[in-house]
Amino acid sequence: MNRLDQTFGRLKAQGEKALITYIMAGDPSLQDTEQLVLELERAGADIIELGVPFSDPIADGPVIQQAAERGLQSGTSLRKILDSVRRLREATQIPIVLMAYYNNIHAFGAAEFCGKAVEAGVDGLIVPDMPPDEAGPLRGPADAAGLHLIFLLAPTSTSSRRAYVAKESGGFVYYVSLTGITGAKLNDMAGVRDNVAKIKKHTKTPVAVGFGVATPEDAASVAQLADGVIVGSAIVRRVGEHGQDGRLVQEVGSFVRSLKTAMQPT
Amino acid sequence: MAIPDQHGRFGLYGGRYVPETLMPALLELEEVYQRTRRDRKFQAEFKHYLKEYVGRPTPLYLAQRLTKQLGGAKIYLKREDLCHTGAHKINNAIGQALLAKRMKKPRLIAETGAGQHGVATATVAAMFGLECEIYMGTEDMQRQALNVFRMRLLGSKVTGVDAGSRTLKDAISEAMRDWTTNVRTTHYVLGSVLGAHPYPMMIRDFQSVIGREARKQILATEGRLPDCLIACVGGGSNAMGLFHAFVPDKKVKMVGVEAGGLGVESGKHAARFAGGRPGVLQGTMTYLLQDDNGQVNLTHSVSAGLDYAAVGPEHSYLRESNRAEYTSVTDDQALAAFDLLAREEGIMPALESAHAIAEVVKRAPKMKKNQILVVNLSGRGDKDVQQVARIKGVTL
Repeated sequence: MNRLDQTFGRLKAQGEKALITYIMAGDPSLQDTEQLVLELERAGADIIELGVPFSDPIADGPVIQQAAERGLQSGTSLRKILDSVRRLREATQIPIVLMAYYNNIHAFGAAEFCGKAVEAGVDGLIVPDMPPDEAGPLRGPADAAGLHLIFLLAPTSTSSRRAYVAKESGGFVYYVSLTGITGAKLNDMAGVRDNVAKIKKHTKTPVAVGFGVATPEDAASVAQLADGVIVGSAIVRRVGEHGQDGRLVQEVGSFVRSLKTAMQPT
Repeated sequence: MAIPDQHGRFGLYGGRYVPETLMPALLELEEVYQRTRRDRKFQAEFKHYLKEYVGRPTPLYLAQRLTKQLGGAKIYLKREDLCHTGAHKINNAIGQALLAKRMKKPRLIAETGAGQHGVATATVAAMFGLECEIYMGTEDMQRQALNVFRMRLLGSKVTGVDAGSRTLKDAISEAMRDWTTNVRTTHYVLGSVLGAHPYPMMIRDFQSVIGREARKQILATEGRLPDCLIACVGGGSNAMGLFHAFVPDKKVKMVGVEAGGLGVESGKHAARFAGGRPGVLQGTMTYLLQDDNGQVNLTHSVSAGLDYAAVGPEHSYLRESNRAEYTSVTDDQALAAFDLLAREEGIMPALESAHAIAEVVKRAPKMKKNQILVVNLSGRGDKDVQQVARIKGVTL
């Protein structure tokens, strides 16, 4: 069974919501990434999202763009990221999802990638510039390998898009909380509530909410509305600030602990 | 078979690789565009502005002195440089602004490389009373300072993009981020046959007036079709505009000219067909300059408008189906062609269009005197005069 399904199943039984934490692989180095993943798990993260640095990240705001530049500078590639995941699997069974722009997957070989990723220990894949309409070349190989393809829905999505994307999405449905790019400010919690409810009419797959979740208060509010809370830019910003000062693991860990604490059911 | 198909595919190329947030806007744009395509009122309005505002039809001019000097084929220039704002870009900007009005979107955004598309969009925004913001790489803002000032005079906001190579590619990414954020009120006026479906098709259609006119004009003047068409290819909208009406005329050879920069072997160029392979950038699958891991390479060209890592997907298709061929000329060859056209014909071409002229210099002498070449002179060179002076070491 896919680790994502196991984790959502376990959390549901416990009446808890998933904390999904995003960091950019290779920022500032893959060695740091591996340490950070273990610390994120200790700090209470339930699922890890690893960004694959791309030269032209059209869905990302400045915080994650800069992280991608740092990742590229440290020589990070999809192949090296899979090696890191393979090493991590000797120490942890936390679900790992890769978030990669399509050209990195295409250059690797879309069909070959799915098998290699699952073999390394990857559980799911998010491709922010690939709607399910374009996922044909990945669908067969992903299903055969047991890799969940996770698709996104947005506030602009129409009801026919919601029905289609929710059906195509495995592991969880990624609801983008705002009309914008990563790291923007979340301000319409009523809209999030409304849209998550609409998505849930179409699918039993868990729904996680991301983009703009920046504080423990945000995380607590979103946890009331959805099955999972995704935090990216707020963590990546701290990696950027402390990447070189020796307090990296400690700073990121304590921030993630504060998120997890805020999400505990009262 | 219709090209592109219903999924926006030109064979293997094209498609719609965008964040989900933009999918509803692209689907709406496609629907509105398909409707207006058949709408006589829209077509009449579009024609009206092309005639009365842009000044179409543009002449097809026989370049007699250039023809004589090169000593081969007869050379005709399709004078898109005579369009209002000085380049073909305005054909598309008007079409898209009319669509934006139909979709009731009061704000336009655009990217620009050389500044020609930015100026065209700023111009139509002023004419239609729409708000307008232009994204431009800071490297290009420096190369094309005159156009930056022009856009500001026209009432547009010009926002510098200081990421990546600080050129066209980065301006497109930033415009896509703006569009993702403001999609409900904003129409993104993409400037070339790039991006996600329906842009490559729609922009080709808006630019196809170039080839339709040229075809009619050459038949009227020479009583026959040309032997060869030549156009420069950055994204490739002036080339698609010229080629489209001639695609069924199998005997008419079509040649696209990419930016060879410092030479393809130097790695500092924007010749996607010489140095690239298929990949996905900014919404579309097409030939792309990239490394083994799929990271997009930095490009170089003396011409900001050709300095881009990918090419319009329909060009990838025309090449793969052997309907068109693609070649490249270097910065130096383009600069020499800029001088040549100025001295022989009294026309300063844009540095982009000078690449097409440089290919004419190579090709015309090898052709017979009774053969005909039609070149798209896609823009005028006034914007490049300062840069050319700088390269020649002349202080103005």
